[in-house]
Amino acid sequence: MNINNLLIWLKQKPRIAFFMCLPLILMVACLIIYPFFYSIFLATLNKAETKFVGLANFLFLFKRETFWLVVQQSIFFALVAVFFKALIGFIAAHSINELPSKGQRKWRGMLLIPWVIPPALSTLGWWWLFEPTYSALNWALEKLSIDAIPWLSETFWARFSIILVNIWVGAPFFLIMYLAALKSIPEDLYEAASIDGANYWQKLFFITLPMMKNIISITILFSIIVTFANFDIVRVLTRGGPIDTTHLFATYAFRVGIESGDIPLGAAVSLFMFPVLAVLSFIILRNVRKRTNEV
Amino acid sequence: MELKKAYLNRRKFVKGISAAGGYTIAAPYVKTAHSAGKLLLGIWSHWIPGADDKLRHILVKWGEKNGVEVKVDFITSIGNKLLLTAQAESRAQTGHDIFSLPTWFGTMFKHRLEPIDDVVEDIINKHGPLLDSARFYAHLDGHWRGAPAPTGSFFDSFVSRFDLFKEHAGIDLKEMFPANENRNKELINNWTYDTFLIAAEKLYNAGRPFGATIGATPDSRWLSSLFTAYGAELVNKDGDISVDSDSVREVLEYLKKLTEFMPKSVYAWDDSSNNRWIISGEGSVISNPASAWAVAKRDNPDVAKNLWHHDAPRGPKGRFRPDNSQFWGIWSFAQNKSAAKDLLRYVSEKPVVDACVEASQGYDIPLIISHFKDNQTWVDASPPDGVLYNYPMRGDEVPVAPGYPAPPEIASQITTQYIIANLVARITSKGQSIKKGIRWAENELEGIMRG
Repeated sequence: MNINNLLIWLKQKPRIAFFMCLPLILMVACLIIYPFFYSIFLATLNKAETKFVGLANFLFLFKRETFWLVVQQSIFFALVAVFFKALIGFIAAHSINELPSKGQRKWRGMLLIPWVIPPALSTLGWWWLFEPTYSALNWALEKLSIDAIPWLSETFWARFSIILVNIWVGAPFFLIMYLAALKSIPEDLYEAASIDGANYWQKLFFITLPMMKNIISITILFSIIVTFANFDIVRVLTRGGPIDTTHLFATYAFRVGIESGDIPLGAAVSLFMFPVLAVLSFIILRNVRKRTNEV
Repeated sequence: MELKKAYLNRRKFVKGISAAGGYTIAAPYVKTAHSAGKLLLGIWSHWIPGADDKLRHILVKWGEKNGVEVKVDFITSIGNKLLLTAQAESRAQTGHDIFSLPTWFGTMFKHRLEPIDDVVEDIINKHGPLLDSARFYAHLDGHWRGAPAPTGSFFDSFVSRFDLFKEHAGIDLKEMFPANENRNKELINNWTYDTFLIAAEKLYNAGRPFGATIGATPDSRWLSSLFTAYGAELVNKDGDISVDSDSVREVLEYLKKLTEFMPKSVYAWDDSSNNRWIISGEGSVISNPASAWAVAKRDNPDVAKNLWHHDAPRGPKGRFRPDNSQFWGIWSFAQNKSAAKDLLRYVSEKPVVDACVEASQGYDIPLIISHFKDNQTWVDASPPDGVLYNYPMRGDEVPVAPGYPAPPEIASQITTQYIIANLVARITSKGQSIKKGIRWAENELEGIMRG
């Protein structure tokens, strides 16, 4: 192959696309694929990392009371938080969409702030509000003659607090995605429905939601994965307490793997949800593809 | 004269090289600090402003004197940065030569730490014995893996408002623990956990409760020394689970009563909460090193002048103080072990330790007994006069590592997974029965003992 042929070969669209994606592919390979397989490898070693033990670490986790508590909490945390993030995001997107286009921009900007601020930083702000002894929120409640709330020291309130902060951080993502989806729905459909005498709820259930099905599925899938993997909110607010009742997979894996020096068991904890999330992703994405093909 | 033909065949060459090599290996490899080039240190960053600068100055001066280029990285322990750095260096087998080893780092990284028996034995021969707890932390698998660090070791004393104790509990702490050697044995013998419980109730009723964390945070180590004072062991020295015992039930019963007189927020406290508690003036007593007083001196002098550091109460099995020893170790992959060993010996010298104690405003307590028995920093500290005199152990208190007497590998897991704090919280805040709490602890302990 001479130089000219090589240049022609390189100039073909697929080649150019590949080379332009190459830096990203390399980054993904180095920072995601390699660590993923390495963590699988680690999860199959004994505590001293000297012996291959197969699935023994996972089987060991099945017998641990605290681990099952973490599993329940992670599922509860992810489902409740994602539900409210989606609901609030949808309502907010709908409300903004109803505004005149001139006023929409500033609302969009303001409502995106929680999502834009680094979560570790904004959670620190929340921590000051919830501080166990000198909570700013409790100070305000006391001014209103309402009893102080043990935001972080009682299980119910600690779980409430971490879910609340997660919703606060994550809802704007749903808002922006849903807003984009709402804007892509042709106005003619609503006009036709109005002529046919459809009310608000009928338009919502028979036009808006069906048209947004794909984006709702994808955002929920994405959010479930990210919420399951949450670390910073719990780490900053409760460190998994009180009595381990707010631990999630990531914070518990950190406790076991890094703080206690049992890296293989920590890797096993962090990988535990992978098969479940992989199956969930497969099902949701298959449905999305099916609907797209139907359209 | 016939010259013998010098014929060097392959076999002779190999033989010669082997002999030379053997000689090289057999010859003592004397590489002192004078011949060493560079030494990298990853050192815990001190809470007390100015303490790091002083230590850097000492280390760099030593380097200049010995022809070693010393580079010190002070690494904060906030957000586990020190631990994460140690984990990264240990796995990558590259990084600093000397690394700080607070409490359980020695146990966690012993397979990557150079045995330094010669160094520690030299230190002991020259300066006298170390605290027993130092051996517990750093003498692992028959070898010393860490030498006493010049900074960072501390032991939580009780830090009390002597004015409130006198007014509300009728206890004169300054008389009981004076700022001199003349202790009244009878008074001190009566300073028991039962006495403390009565005082705690009175102080609670006066609106100035005792505050100490019962959360998953290192400051919960006060519970460990309380357990030891009652002879309550989670795992015994042979490594057998022994949490299902009368002494554990007894200490948990005691804590059920004590926590009634503590703020309910202690289950969510972090390491700084108790400091804020006493500095704000809301609390009357905490378990802490000298930092709370040092900050109060700056932020709330009215509180600071009424603080007094003193011994823990005595339990049925003795009087124990939470131990937070810190060591410096040499990575097995260190590039300059010879200079590193020389430096470890040097930082154990009394003038170095004294300078560091002074720079830390008395926060650091050396692990070499002779060094803390004779140091003016704690004698001279004020206000009030004598506030820190009893901050280092002056009486019958024994420093105890959390999780003791379990073997260090297990004790470290008990500590880092906060099993004691969680056990206590289950019973005192969640209302779980002692029996159920002990069952839970047994399950957790079985878990941490996996090979």
